[in-house]
Amino acid sequence: MFSEEHKRYLKKIRRNKFFVRFVQILIIAILLISWQLAADLGLINTFISSSPKAIILTIVGLYNDGSLFHHIWVTLYEVIVSFVLGTIIGILIATLLWRFTFLAKVLDPYLTVLNSLPKVSLGPIIIIVAGAGTGSIILMALFISVIITIIDVHQAFMGTDSNKIRLLESFKSSKTQMLFKLVLPSNYNNIISVFKVNLSLTFIGVIMGEFLVSKAGVGYLIMYGSQVFNLNLVMTGIILLAIMASLMYYLILFIEKRLSR
Amino acid sequence: MILSIKDLRKIYHTKQNEILAVDNFSFNLKEGEFVAIVGPSGCGKSTILSILCGLDEPSSGTIEADKNLKFGYMLQGDNLFEWQTIFKNCLLGLEINKEVTKESKEYVKKLLKTYGLEEFMDAYPSNLSGGMRQRVSLIRTLATKPDLLFLDEPFSALDYQSRLAVSDDVYKIIKKEKKSAIMVTHDISEAISMADRIIVLSKRPSTIKSIYEIKLTNRSTPINNRKAKEFSKYYDMIWKDIDYHV
Ligand SMILES: Nc1ncnc2c1ncn2[C@@H]1O[C@H](COP(=O)(O)OP(=O)(O)OP(=O)(O)O)[C@@H](O)[C@H]1O
Ligand SMILES: [Mg+2]
Repeated sequence: MFSEEHKRYLKKIRRNKFFVRFVQILIIAILLISWQLAADLGLINTFISSSPKAIILTIVGLYNDGSLFHHIWVTLYEVIVSFVLGTIIGILIATLLWRFTFLAKVLDPYLTVLNSLPKVSLGPIIIIVAGAGTGSIILMALFISVIITIIDVHQAFMGTDSNKIRLLESFKSSKTQMLFKLVLPSNYNNIISVFKVNLSLTFIGVIMGEFLVSKAGVGYLIMYGSQVFNLNLVMTGIILLAIMASLMYYLILFIEKRLSR
Repeated sequence: MILSIKDLRKIYHTKQNEILAVDNFSFNLKEGEFVAIVGPSGCGKSTILSILCGLDEPSSGTIEADKNLKFGYMLQGDNLFEWQTIFKNCLLGLEINKEVTKESKEYVKKLLKTYGLEEFMDAYPSNLSGGMRQRVSLIRTLATKPDLLFLDEPFSALDYQSRLAVSDDVYKIIKKEKKSAIMVTHDISEAISMADRIIVLSKRPSTIKSIYEIKLTNRSTPINNRKAKEFSKYYDMIWKDIDYHV
């Protein structure tokens, strides 16, 4: 059992945590209520700024005509595919660069330039190459996430403890054995954090892709809404993205907790 | 004679200049012998070891080893893999050489048991003390059944007390398993207490300055050997031999 003092300490922590949550919820409640009030009282132009009520109605409308989950799913699907592909491709190329130092040296300036290049600028080319469809969106997301994955993972691999490398060399280890016995496992936590960065980058890439070309998806809702001056739809799309992003954030947090060591 | 080294020479090339690290290094190792190499820091001791066990190429010179002579290299620091259990750590060399069999596993278990680590077999390295980790590192080296061990400052990460205890342990293990060994160390007392022969190296480029046959009365374990009456005589001679003026 804990001492009285320790119990008081735990209680204080709990109370503190509760208070933080409370204030967080208070802020969002005040924001929503004043937004709605301002709209009802005509203080703001609801055509431009929409209102919580209008957003809820829009969501209900989308739900009723069955397209709400369709759009969410399309975006989610694109995110999942791009994330998996991006991570695999990124780690594979990083592994090649680790294995073939010559290649790494040759490609270094290209990677640096590609990394700092704003990827949206590639949009038109991507559309021409991959067509106006899901392919382009995934390609966009890949461009955004793969380069940085390659750079990060390669850097982590190169940082592998040189004494441990020597240890394996003294056992006459092959490069492949070194990869699986040492380099991958010793960079486990680095790879997990690359997953984390990748997921948010992929999300950005997919929405960017949907802005460029799409017939469905949350990004499409926003784009379409702005084209027909339906700002309710735009706001709805943004809110949906915020919800998806925060769910994803908690998913990552959960996965990270389970996998980290 | 299981190992015969002739006129070893090693030049390191860097962009700025070239460094002659080892020059004119020759000696022969007898079976079952424990040889210590001492010398001022940076003189090229690690270089010699890594050339002998084949990690580095010499610039010139020859190394003739008995056919079938198997090397084991114990690096400075234990380099245990924190993500694997002690047992798995000990199997590393066997796994890489694809020699994990029922027999080899039994052998590793026996080693762990003999050297007081049996109950930590499934523990992770972070749960072990520095001395225990060092012993695991030695067992990992012994697991592949080498005939000749190269030890590069094996105890430098330890504090003085555990250093004495672990060097005693390691010495007993090596003698009991009837291995030959070449050990690099900074510590003259450690060298005298453990080695049959001591090679004193000069400042860089390392050449052999002198070789001492260590003859102690009542030779037993390193800790006891420190009490031998010849101990301080050897210490003084070797101390004077090493250029400690930095
Ligand atoms: N890969 C390398 N490239 C260039 N120079 C090197 C390299 N490795 C070692 N040297 C140089 O060779 C010399 C000998 O190095 P070495 O590590 O063998 O010395 P050491 O006697 O083991 O030193 P210490 O007592 O500090 O362990 C040093 O001056 C070092 O700077
Ligand atoms: Mg050294």
